[in-house]
Amino acid sequence: MSDTNKKDEIVHDHNHDGIDRRGFLKCMAWAGTGAFCVIKGGVLKSYSLSRLAEISDKDAQGELSFVQISDSHMGFNKPANPDVTATLKAAVDKINALASPPEFMLHTGDISHLSKPGEFDNVQEILKSAKPKDVFYVPGEHDVLEDNGAQYRERFAKGSKGDGWYSFDKRGVHFIGLVNVMNLKAGGMGNLGQEQLEWVEQDVKQLSKSTPIVVFAHIPLWSVYPDWGWGTQDSAQALGYLKKFGSVTVLNGHIHQTMQKVEGNVTFHTAASTAFPQPKPGSAPSPGPMKVPDDQLRGLLGITDVNYVRHQHALAVVDSSLA
Amino acid sequence: MRRAFYIASICAILAMSLPRLSVFGADDKPAAAEVKIDNFSFTPATVTVPAGTEVTWINRDDIPHNVRNDDASIKSKTLDTDDKFSFTFTKPGTYTYFCSIHPKMKGTVVVK
Repeated sequence: MSDTNKKDEIVHDHNHDGIDRRGFLKCMAWAGTGAFCVIKGGVLKSYSLSRLAEISDKDAQGELSFVQISDSHMGFNKPANPDVTATLKAAVDKINALASPPEFMLHTGDISHLSKPGEFDNVQEILKSAKPKDVFYVPGEHDVLEDNGAQYRERFAKGSKGDGWYSFDKRGVHFIGLVNVMNLKAGGMGNLGQEQLEWVEQDVKQLSKSTPIVVFAHIPLWSVYPDWGWGTQDSAQALGYLKKFGSVTVLNGHIHQTMQKVEGNVTFHTAASTAFPQPKPGSAPSPGPMKVPDDQLRGLLGITDVNYVRHQHALAVVDSSLA
Repeated sequence: MRRAFYIASICAILAMSLPRLSVFGADDKPAAAEVKIDNFSFTPATVTVPAGTEVTWINRDDIPHNVRNDDASIKSKTLDTDDKFSFTFTKPGTYTYFCSIHPKMKGTVVVK
């Protein structure tokens, strides 16, 4: 939290009152603290998890709620987390314990560690025990090894376009699942590609500007830390097609920590991993798995719970640790 | 007679051994170089080797990586921790490569 915001709270106005908020950045919530976000009447509020007790049930509920999980890395067995199965199960327990059951889940990629059939099987089996039965996936770079994502699409994205992108509507909210882990170029970052960008432009063309939009993809669609490749080269073009919309929420994974940014009409949010934490940008020689004391691990892993409140065109985002 | 046979045997053994000695001689051993993958980087980032050198990459990270070049003439499978990949460079030139899973990782092999 910045010094100017000692109450662990950010406020962002979506009311189009002419104030230019491009580049506006007030809150970065790191793993371990987590964040709870509510937007009401166009105003977004974000609270650190330590203040969850102060938020009423009414504030935490909406007409649409869903959960985001990410980076389960099934098959990973190194010291940073020798038991990713147990932590994924803990995430499911956490989801099943939520006061208002979410309608569905989003998995923002790196389902598996090495794209092995057994790893995918294991995740699918564990997620069957979650109360929400529908899971919408996008691939991480670990899910498309060796076969350019053929197995991933067969299992998780049947009927999708191109490398696996698609959109769907839930209670008036338009969801767009994008693929930015294919055809990566030497020295570059995440990549959407021209074909997918053209599809996004067409996909949102007919929507009214009051439609709330949720975009989800694996690698962040904003430049978190280009030195580590934590960004998507052509994301600005995709977000350009979403400028007319009053409320756009972008959900990503990949960086194994929670982080938020508000820029204009767009709220960016990354989810924690259910498997292992990664260091803060630039705080380590490389973005490799971070070994933390065993008793701290679950506090750095987590799930994200999102609520949509009708008529307020707003999404509330809650990060919960697995601790 | 017996001594003559003994000498002949020694000569025969020597004759058989000589070509083997040259096959296994230090001068004919194929050149080799190793590149370590650690902390999301190739070390050394540039290796300079004579033509015919077999370069071996070994992944010492907790995360899988691979070795690719733009035209995919060099293309390893995904290397999990401690997996190795070898490629013999027969023609002189400068070969740049990267990890297509983490494309910020780049390296160069200069073949003289």
